[in-house]
Amino acid sequence: MSGVHVSTTINGDAYEFVCEPDESLLDALRNRLGLTGAKEGCGTGDCGACSVTLDGRLVCSCLVLGAEAEGKEIATIEGMADGEALHPLQKKFLEHAALQCGICTPGFLVAARALLERHPDPSETEIRFWLAGNLCRCTGYDKIVRAVMDAAAEMRR
Amino acid sequence: MPLDQGAPKKLKFREVGTRPLRPDGIDKVTGRARFGADASAPGMLVGRILRSPHAHAKIRKIDASAAEKLPGVKAVVTGADIPYREGADRWVWMNVMAQKKALYDGHAVAAVAAVDAATARKALKLIKIDYEVLAHVTDVDEAMKPGAPLLHDDIFTKGVEPEPKKPSNVTERYEVGHGDPEKGFAEADVIIERSFKTEATHQGYIEPHACLANVGADGTGELWVCTQGHYMVRDVCASLLGMDISKLRVTASEIGGGFGGKTTVFIEPVALALSRKAGRPVKVVMSREEVFRATGPTSSASMDVKMGAKKDGTITGAFAEFRYQGGAFPGSPVQFGAMTAFACYDLKHVKVIGYDVVANRPKQAAYRAPGAPMAAFAVESVVAELAEQLKMDPLEFRLKNAAKEGTKAAYGPTFGPIGLVETIKACQKHPSYKIPLKENQGRGVASGFWFNFGGQTCVSLNVNGDGTVALSVGTPDIGGSRASMSLMAAEELGIPYDKVRTIVADTSSLGYNDVTDGSRVTFATGLATINAARDCVQKLCARAAKIWAIPEEAVTWENGKAHPAGDNAGKFEPLSLAEIAAKAGNTGGPIAGHCEFNAENAGPGFATHIVDVEVDPETGRTEVLRYLVIQDAGKAVHPSYVEGQFQGGAVQGVGWAL
Repeated sequence: MSGVHVSTTINGDAYEFVCEPDESLLDALRNRLGLTGAKEGCGTGDCGACSVTLDGRLVCSCLVLGAEAEGKEIATIEGMADGEALHPLQKKFLEHAALQCGICTPGFLVAARALLERHPDPSETEIRFWLAGNLCRCTGYDKIVRAVMDAAAEMRR
Repeated sequence: MPLDQGAPKKLKFREVGTRPLRPDGIDKVTGRARFGADASAPGMLVGRILRSPHAHAKIRKIDASAAEKLPGVKAVVTGADIPYREGADRWVWMNVMAQKKALYDGHAVAAVAAVDAATARKALKLIKIDYEVLAHVTDVDEAMKPGAPLLHDDIFTKGVEPEPKKPSNVTERYEVGHGDPEKGFAEADVIIERSFKTEATHQGYIEPHACLANVGADGTGELWVCTQGHYMVRDVCASLLGMDISKLRVTASEIGGGFGGKTTVFIEPVALALSRKAGRPVKVVMSREEVFRATGPTSSASMDVKMGAKKDGTITGAFAEFRYQGGAFPGSPVQFGAMTAFACYDLKHVKVIGYDVVANRPKQAAYRAPGAPMAAFAVESVVAELAEQLKMDPLEFRLKNAAKEGTKAAYGPTFGPIGLVETIKACQKHPSYKIPLKENQGRGVASGFWFNFGGQTCVSLNVNGDGTVALSVGTPDIGGSRASMSLMAAEELGIPYDKVRTIVADTSSLGYNDVTDGSRVTFATGLATINAARDCVQKLCARAAKIWAIPEEAVTWENGKAHPAGDNAGKFEPLSLAEIAAKAGNTGGPIAGHCEFNAENAGPGFATHIVDVEVDPETGRTEVLRYLVIQDAGKAVHPSYVEGQFQGGAVQGVGWAL
């Protein structure tokens, strides 16, 4: 197989990489670009640990081909904080102890940010529905939902 | 055991019990934290494992020659490359790579290391294996029957008289209890006898197993791995591969969940064997499918429970027989199931028999109080039915029979002060228990028990020149334990939480540490941390004594400072930890505290839960309306993470039940 040359934008920066035609965006991010913040929990789009946004749309990067990133804008967990300044969601996840092991956390944060960009004032039910594609085995979700609600409230201020 | 028994009389804490941000938090919300699959090394190869498509098959021949010849393939490993070595755990050895037989669907039979994933995948397809497919058995009751497909011809049931002459799938019979249940049943007004089956639920940690092995030509190796116990990984891998323990350094990555499932080895010895053969670093990452096919869920269980009670609600006798299959190898947690089953009750006549059984399934691994949840499910279901028949409130019924200080537990010991009664009373008082139920709604209550555990622990606490402290522990942090350790060290030393940085050190930095399991870490590593801090305080006092030129005994430590013990000791301005640390170079060199010990006397844990559900009678759909957890956790060192354990455990229980 010969590689596919891809030019894309990740977290605002221009990137180029070569990947296999059947290689997932997740593998390209992790193995070719060293962006290991997105995790592979299942490889089948069930767990959401690999969540990124593609032109603003929330996707499981394990279900997107690396080649599909051509000309697109990708946002990953690595671009969420502004230097030392954490995004309100990141801060609230820490304050609410909304993570235990932390493997699902990048996916939850990326997904939650995508939610708040669309719905700045979501209800608890809306948050639970939006985050239903992200699995967490440690926390039981309660503290995650609280953290997202609190972050939303702070961002509205 | 109340937390302060045998502990210092200090009841007011400055740091312990607060909710500071965890030290690994920033890394985990920014994507910077490095988990098992996030490491790489120069010249790294990709390792992949070929797994048996058969649940039970004789391996007649493995021909890997075509795979070996494929360009880009640097090593192929089969069972022949990992021969049995004296001292190794025979069952773990047989599990990491099949030898003469594949014993479950997913059993590793060969592995390759290649320059990239595509080549590795291609190579696996070129390995030809001549299988003779055998009849298989996966159900525990079927596996116990005479004439069932036999997994091993050298398992003769232990614990039965006379010793069987024929091999079987029943590994061992256990018995615990006291009194005579038959006598108890004769006194009973009501007897309930029920049978239950539970499935082999998987822990379902989000992070698949991953490791990066690097073995040099001199036979020394390094291993980066997501595990609950890197010392265990080191020792087991060294024994399987014939390495000196000192030649293998294992570093625990951040761990993406375990719940007991990462307390053994699967891919680690294979990755090391591949790396040794290829002379290059090899990374092996399981797929989700591999996790479910080849790593350990908990045992599936088949259980009979019989209990009797008098009209006044006194339980007169209890009997249970538990049959757990632990996968293809001995070691199901049936003994723990038998020991914990009736631990919540004060019983005169109680007996539990447990059978450990092998079947053609992946080797089970620990899962949240291994063996206990299924036993509790069976026993509590019968307790609920007894209370119903006696028309007693289920909490009142439990309270009447609850184990308390002085109760002789079915598994042997007599309990000291324990907290079960308090959890039941707290449930009774809770508003949740009084909410009226509507049509198709039901309320369940249950109590549970776990021993808790101490174990081998070694920590090192180093004082830095600027008055900060580096604490090295050897127990992987699976859910915030570094924060708890920092809190306890800060408390003892009298310095702020953020002056202590706790890390999980590699296996060459500390003495042996048992695995992060059995709810031991906050207790055992915490106690070791406290001891190390006290050791350090003693040394800090000695340095102050040296600075002041007074005897060591004349110095005390209070609120983070050395003070002269009294007026006779002399008048000196107190010296802070930072001030003493700054002068360490001139007063005797580095200052550190250590502790290496076997933590003992862990207090047993009890809990009572209340769950309200609504069931759709047409579809059977069950919705959890509310869930209340009351648990005796001792002192909550970092309450947020204690709550997190309660919530997470409860949700996994919901997942298991529905």
